[in-house]
Amino acid sequence: MSEGRAATDPVAEFRQSLSDLDTPSTVVAPDELGAALEDVVETPAVGAELPFDDLSLADAPVTLDPSPAQLRAAASGVTGSRMGIASLGTVAVESRAEGDEVVGLYPSQHVAVIKASDIRADLADAFDWLRAEFEAGRRSFVLATGPSSTGDMGALVQGVHGPEAVHIVIVRDNE
Amino acid sequence: MSDSQRPDADRIRTLLASEGDEIKENTRLFNAGRYDAVKDVGEDVHERNRTRAREIKEDAIERLPELIHQTRNAVEANGGTVYVADDAADANRYIAEVAEAKDAGSVVKSKSMTTEEIDLNEALEDGGLEVWETDLGEFVVQVAEESPSHIVGPSLHKSREEITELFEREFDPDEPLDSAQKLTAFAREFLGERIDDAEVGITGANFVMAESGSIALVTNEGNARKCASIPDTHVAVAGIEKIIPSVAELEPFAELISRSATGQEIPQYLSLLTPPVDTPTVDFDRPDEPGFGGGDGERDFHLVLIDNGRRAMRQDEDLRETLYCIRCGACANSCANFQSVGGHAFGGETYTGGIATGWEAGIEGNDVAEEFNDLCTGCSRCVNACPVKIDIPWINTVVRDRINRGKDPGFDDLLVDGLVPDEEESGTPLRKRFFGNFETVAKLGSATAPLSNAVASTGIARKAMESVLGVDARRDLPEFERTTLKDWAAERESRVADPDRRVALYPDVYTNYVQTERGKAAVRVLEALGCEVVVPDVGGSGRAPLSQGMIATAESKAEDAAASLLPYVEEGYDVVVVEPSDLAMFRREYEKLLDAGTQERLDEGSYEVLEYVFGLLENGADADALPAGDGHGVAYHSHCQQRTLGLETYTETVLDRLGYDVLTSDVECCGMAGSFGYKSEYYELSMDVGETLAEQFEPEADERTVVASGTSCMEQLDALLSPGTRHPVELLDPVRR
Repeated sequence: MSEGRAATDPVAEFRQSLSDLDTPSTVVAPDELGAALEDVVETPAVGAELPFDDLSLADAPVTLDPSPAQLRAAASGVTGSRMGIASLGTVAVESRAEGDEVVGLYPSQHVAVIKASDIRADLADAFDWLRAEFEAGRRSFVLATGPSSTGDMGALVQGVHGPEAVHIVIVRDNE
Repeated sequence: MSDSQRPDADRIRTLLASEGDEIKENTRLFNAGRYDAVKDVGEDVHERNRTRAREIKEDAIERLPELIHQTRNAVEANGGTVYVADDAADANRYIAEVAEAKDAGSVVKSKSMTTEEIDLNEALEDGGLEVWETDLGEFVVQVAEESPSHIVGPSLHKSREEITELFEREFDPDEPLDSAQKLTAFAREFLGERIDDAEVGITGANFVMAESGSIALVTNEGNARKCASIPDTHVAVAGIEKIIPSVAELEPFAELISRSATGQEIPQYLSLLTPPVDTPTVDFDRPDEPGFGGGDGERDFHLVLIDNGRRAMRQDEDLRETLYCIRCGACANSCANFQSVGGHAFGGETYTGGIATGWEAGIEGNDVAEEFNDLCTGCSRCVNACPVKIDIPWINTVVRDRINRGKDPGFDDLLVDGLVPDEEESGTPLRKRFFGNFETVAKLGSATAPLSNAVASTGIARKAMESVLGVDARRDLPEFERTTLKDWAAERESRVADPDRRVALYPDVYTNYVQTERGKAAVRVLEALGCEVVVPDVGGSGRAPLSQGMIATAESKAEDAAASLLPYVEEGYDVVVVEPSDLAMFRREYEKLLDAGTQERLDEGSYEVLEYVFGLLENGADADALPAGDGHGVAYHSHCQQRTLGLETYTETVLDRLGYDVLTSDVECCGMAGSFGYKSEYYELSMDVGETLAEQFEPEADERTVVASGTSCMEQLDALLSPGTRHPVELLDPVRR
């Protein structure tokens, strides 16, 4: 890694990468998460409970464990992400029993909640993390970068089988 | 495939007109994206990733039986099933049985070239299943009942307007689908319902990881994720060559695949799935039940690994590298001919573009590869584009050689042996032997010039050459010089009394018999810079026969050329080469034709002429001995193989240093490439490719001197612009002072 990169604040670089993908992001303190989700999430919304001990969607305006009809009708889907890549604006969404995969895929907006301390510098660092996760037996992830898109219909269009918009909520660490 | 599928002039003309514009625009967009993305990440980093990716593939293919075994154990331990299918029929039968066991009425698929290869859709539909392609490009191709024309963008030969017309005709929608947004929304809705209803989801697998039994899927649309996670049953279909050891080895490929394919840093979705996944199944038949409709569906996963010729390819020394391919399409995008006609001409039953010859020869057979193999001109622009460093031109040459055999039985009885004194077994087509033996033609032509030139230019001779040899009558023929470069040099006293360096100038066939002026200029330039120059008695490098797939002849020429040149190298001479395609022989192809020691010694002792001039100037030679550029404008077209070797910059730098204002062409290839543009069925394609170069140089041609490094490039430029193209070394000629 170059020195210039090392000096960069990973959160700032992550947000810059997201901005390059036309993906908005919000930075909040842990106790502001509920309010931030109120602002960002479009209703009706569904969610997959966050993979963090100290953060929850219990107070967020989302339906957890939704019915298929609720999943289909949702405007937003909220999931957690335990790893982000600063240089790419990528978030890792795990395929868990909470349904992160479908919650992040069906609604037209995917809202991903990530902790600032979980942001890695680049793909090489991300693979260090992935290898450790694989060894720990967690072995199904999608590395998602921006909204789904296609050029197959004659021009670049966002929102194909996956979300048309992505919003990343970065939770600052307790200090 | 029938003869009508062969790339004859009519078929190419039709494709140029019907699909050329879209293919051009889209492949060039991908190709430019690749250049930008490589620059962004840094050439060094990219090169390291390529080297690592290549090592991983070499190792994985070497250890394939062991990795298949490991994959099976891992997938079974996870609760899935692995089936290794011998061929298409075996794979299709197995997948149909899986669907039948699930009582499936419909299947949704994520784009997979491997399932195209085995014609899975037809097999399942014959069994009464509804099959839907969910990748939008693949969906377009399915609705249009066509085959994909590109590995990455199956429908990139179609315009938005054509897709609108197709969808409105097939689906009769309530509203007009007159924008990309509306088309996408329609397809999302239509296919979304089918994904929700399907019992079985079929995906490919870009990579299979043996240690954990995981698969990696690369997509932008999100359809692969849905196909893999919504239906209870997931079938992943992949060639056995897709296996890598573990997630650790995925890293360089994750870096390379999208960058090489579309110029993206990373795909929108890089999924690493270890099925059966924990994601709850969604039961859309119980729409109001919480927990995703109960979420109690039993997940079932089948990994179908397909051989279908691959194990034989692994044993085939020349085809084995094909198995390293990661299907990024960079070889197609970087190919000037592909950019013009696309995969419906430059492809076989499944695979298209540069690497397609290797795939089709291995999977379908040489007869399928033959349909399009000649569209590879060997320009080598794909060599540096390939993320795993596959020598694609060599594979194409080997397959061409195999195709040649037995094509023209009885030909030996018909013609004078003298014109084709090659090493080929009987059966090699006459026209290929004609082009492959151009050296003999040149020798005769020169000996009988100017009569030979006069005769060759008559209408009768041109008609005969067109009908017998396939030399297009619209193309100007090279004019042979009576005095060869070798003869001219032999008559000449050396002008350098106390030489700094001694040079053996390689008299390639063109420089010796046709473009003697550039050879003479090279001698005078090198002398002016303090070199003693000799022009040794050496024959052709073997480039011409190699281009025709005549490997035995090329090998014999290579041995002769090396035997003649190496004594000079050993005596301290530097070998200087004017024609870039011949230098490329020494540096690249001789690796395959000669023993390693011989090739290395020749390679290390050889230089491209402007590369050499650059070196002389760097080492203190006096640039004032050469005519100054005085700000004069030059439009410079380098040469494909020269660029692949990274030598373009020397010419630019030397011209720049002499004070020229240099504009360099940025096209992949001029479209001529050796004998290609002379062949009647390819003439129009050659000119279509050249059009891009003409467009760039035309506005400049009045104010700039047009120079080109390669013989073919000069001929093409002379055909496209007003004649007068020269080799850059001619600008440096001291006689111009």
